[in-house]
Amino acid sequence: MRRIDPLIPAAIALVALVLGMPALKPLFAWMFPDQARPLYEQDSFLSLTLDHLSLVGISSAVSVVVGVAVAIFVTRPSGRAFRPLAETLTAAGQTFPPIAVLAIAVPLLGFGPLPALIALALYGLLPVTEATVAGIEQVPAGVREAARGIGMSPTGILARVELPLAAPVIVAGIRTSVIINIGTAAIASTVGVKTLGLPIIVGLSGFNTAYVLQGALVVGLLAAVVDLAFDRLGGFLGRWNRDRVAKTA
Amino acid sequence: MIRFEHVGKDYAGWTAIEDLSLTVEKGEFCVLIGPSGSGKTTTLKMINRLIEHDRGRILFEGAEIRSFAPEELRRRMGYAIQSIGLFPHWTVEENIGAVPKLLGWPRAKIRDRVTELLEMLTLDPERYRARYPRHLSGGEQQRIGVARALAANPSVLLMDEPFGALDPVTRDTLQAEMLRIQAASGTTVVLVTHDIDEAIRLASRIVILEGGRIAQSGSPREILAAPANDFVADFVGRSDRGLRLLAAERVGDRMRRGETAVGEPLTVDASLREALSLFVARNVDRLPVQDGSGALIGAIRLADLVRPPPSEAAP
Repeated sequence: MRRIDPLIPAAIALVALVLGMPALKPLFAWMFPDQARPLYEQDSFLSLTLDHLSLVGISSAVSVVVGVAVAIFVTRPSGRAFRPLAETLTAAGQTFPPIAVLAIAVPLLGFGPLPALIALALYGLLPVTEATVAGIEQVPAGVREAARGIGMSPTGILARVELPLAAPVIVAGIRTSVIINIGTAAIASTVGVKTLGLPIIVGLSGFNTAYVLQGALVVGLLAAVVDLAFDRLGGFLGRWNRDRVAKTA
Repeated sequence: MIRFEHVGKDYAGWTAIEDLSLTVEKGEFCVLIGPSGSGKTTTLKMINRLIEHDRGRILFEGAEIRSFAPEELRRRMGYAIQSIGLFPHWTVEENIGAVPKLLGWPRAKIRDRVTELLEMLTLDPERYRARYPRHLSGGEQQRIGVARALAANPSVLLMDEPFGALDPVTRDTLQAEMLRIQAASGTTVVLVTHDIDEAIRLASRIVILEGGRIAQSGSPREILAAPANDFVADFVGRSDRGLRLLAAERVGDRMRRGETAVGEPLTVDASLREALSLFVARNVDRLPVQDGSGALIGAIRLADLVRPPPSEAAP
């Protein structure tokens, strides 16, 4: 029997939990008999999930575009001198805890999604840049030389040899970055952005463990599903490197 | 076809190539050989501008190579290196079709050319076309590397130690295929190696380099028969020189047509060295010779290896 891809049941469970949370109200009432409101009902979990995903999506897109561009630049002959600087800056971006970036950004930019986007994008930059540099550098010298030797242009070598060969490593870096951001985005609710962190924060400040549990369950499952999806994408991009099932008769 | 005129190349602090002049004629199989650091790979890579020369001129088909854009120049020359140079994320078909695709050939024409090349290199097109390089043996990968270099019918084929990483049996097979392909296509080949036996087997002309200069240039037989100096004599092997001379000549050059002998025959294309080996192994002094189709056409004697037989009497 063919093994079922765990991505499918995980995705089904996520959709069911997001849409069917109200149906679990009796369960939470039974688990937390002292709570007058055992279910977070101020927002639907669907709208919280979509807000959460769009915050993560936009900030990760910025991380990926900037991170890959920086990595490409510092691996070109013209940009090699900037590599230590770029590495220091991206590392610094991850050294500041996002909560600190939020604390600094809010007085400057006000409450709302903008400081959260900046904090998350900075925080997600390092894994993308590091992975892209590592991926491009592991392209064998012989392959690069052959590409030059058969007459590919520098842009052609980047687009058709270096980036495709680095793709599995780059995707692994993006995966780390996105998973970190899914977890970190929850704290953006402290500056007034609606995310899946909202039930957690409301629950923590109101001593409502049921809210915390509901928010945490959805965030955790969301991270698991996205992680599995990236795993499939990485496998697809690295398919040339897989052991082949012999198909010779 | 390719002409070096007083070419020089310096790296920081030392001179890799010093005043090198060399002409490679159309259809020649030119082998550059020398110890490490002699400048043989630098010389090869200056031809397609992977390395830029500092002094002198290099001409390709009569025009200075600097008058071409580097990419355009490289697409007109085949380039093959050790098997590591295949693109691991491309199938065999995409690898072989790389240069035709850069040149904008239509898809059907590329496909036909890939089929033709795989057949020429004795690989079943339908079995190999869709495979990735890591699922091929070293010898298969190297064949694909040669096919890729030949794909766009280049007028010159540049090869940098193409058979260096192969086991002796595979190397032997590929050398034989290389000779057959070169004879059939008439492509000019410039090949770098450090293996003198490979040079003797493949070359119509050997260029021996030492410290960025040409120590000697000539046919394998000329170099073996009369090494220009002690360096060349050492390089071609003092004690093995006689055996290598035998390797440079074919049975067909010394056989006696019409004579007969008993035993398993040699082919007319075998080297005299192979013949000597057979004489010793079989403990005989006379062997029959057959042509490519297997028909017996004559015999060769042990003494003929030392001195050519008296020229054939008219039949």
